Amino acid sequence: MPTREEVFTKIRTALVEALGVEEDEVVPEATLVGDLGAESIDFLDIVFRLEKAFDIKIPRGELFPEDVLTNPQYVQDGKVTQAGLAELRRRMPFANLDNFEKNPVVQDFGNLLTVADMCRFVESKVEITD
Amino acid sequence: MRWYWIDRFIEFESGRYAKAIKNISLAEDHLHDHFPNFPLMPNSLVIEGLAQTGGLLVCEYRQFTEKVVLAKIPRAEFYCEAVPGDTLVYTTTIEYIKDEGAMIHATSHKGNILHAEAEIVFAHLNDPRMGALFKPETFLQMMRLLGAFQVGRAADGSPLRPPPHLMQSEDVLDSNGRQRGNRT
Repeated sequence: MPTREEVFTKIRTALVEALGVEEDEVVPEATLVGDLGAESIDFLDIVFRLEKAFDIKIPRGELFPEDVLTNPQYVQDGKVTQAGLAELRRRMPFANLDNFEKNPVVQDFGNLLTVADMCRFVESKVEITD
Repeated sequence: MRWYWIDRFIEFESGRYAKAIKNISLAEDHLHDHFPNFPLMPNSLVIEGLAQTGGLLVCEYRQFTEKVVLAKIPRAEFYCEAVPGDTLVYTTTIEYIKDEGAMIHATSHKGNILHAEAEIVFAHLNDPRMGALFKPETFLQMMRLLGAFQVGRAADGSPLRPPPHLMQSEDVLDSNGRQRGNRT
């Protein structure tokens, strides 16, 4: 059962290996796409490494709900609807969506996820000892 | 040019690992440009050989029903040169296979010397509009040419056999590999 510090350390290692960034770039508030340069294929790589590091399963769409962002029920004119935002909140309790909700442009969603969000996501799937 | 960067499988354990050899020869035209009077096996083609070894291993795991493509090379390190006359032994081990893709760890050895090491990520493309990337019979021909069914073992330890749907697709080819009834 890892501590929060151990969870962060393992996530940092996974991001350094997957994204080729330096350790000191991986800070909690760093966004994966904007600050660390992650592209869509990197998320596949990152999910592999997290599953291996923490012995967990991450089904498709659990970390990054791409099905919501491509559903016409939830996206109109390039923006996520109220129903879509509610669905995102439900699917991503580990993420802070406050800023995104002010101007929910779909193309900006990729830059939402931070390192801290990933830590909260993993913590929700493992038993934490602090 | 035939795009084969491995010559033969020497081991093939379904779902686990595969080893293949690449013989480097002065008969390879590109070596005379890379470089003139100093032929060196290009590292990019070593990576391609590792990807072919691992990619066929990943493909076989799902009986060649997935569209497997090379997606990302998170790490590739080269420790020495490879020159004509060398035989490289590529070993690829499956780290992970999921519905979305796979990751392998790969090494290249010259005898006992570690020549290169890499991680390779493959993606499974699931867009049905793409159809097949390869004709099924192409996989069969590749695996046969590379001797996979001579050395290969299935997960239960029995000799590796071509999947039934590949054998069925082969039935429509004539002895020259053309579709029966196709004159072009």
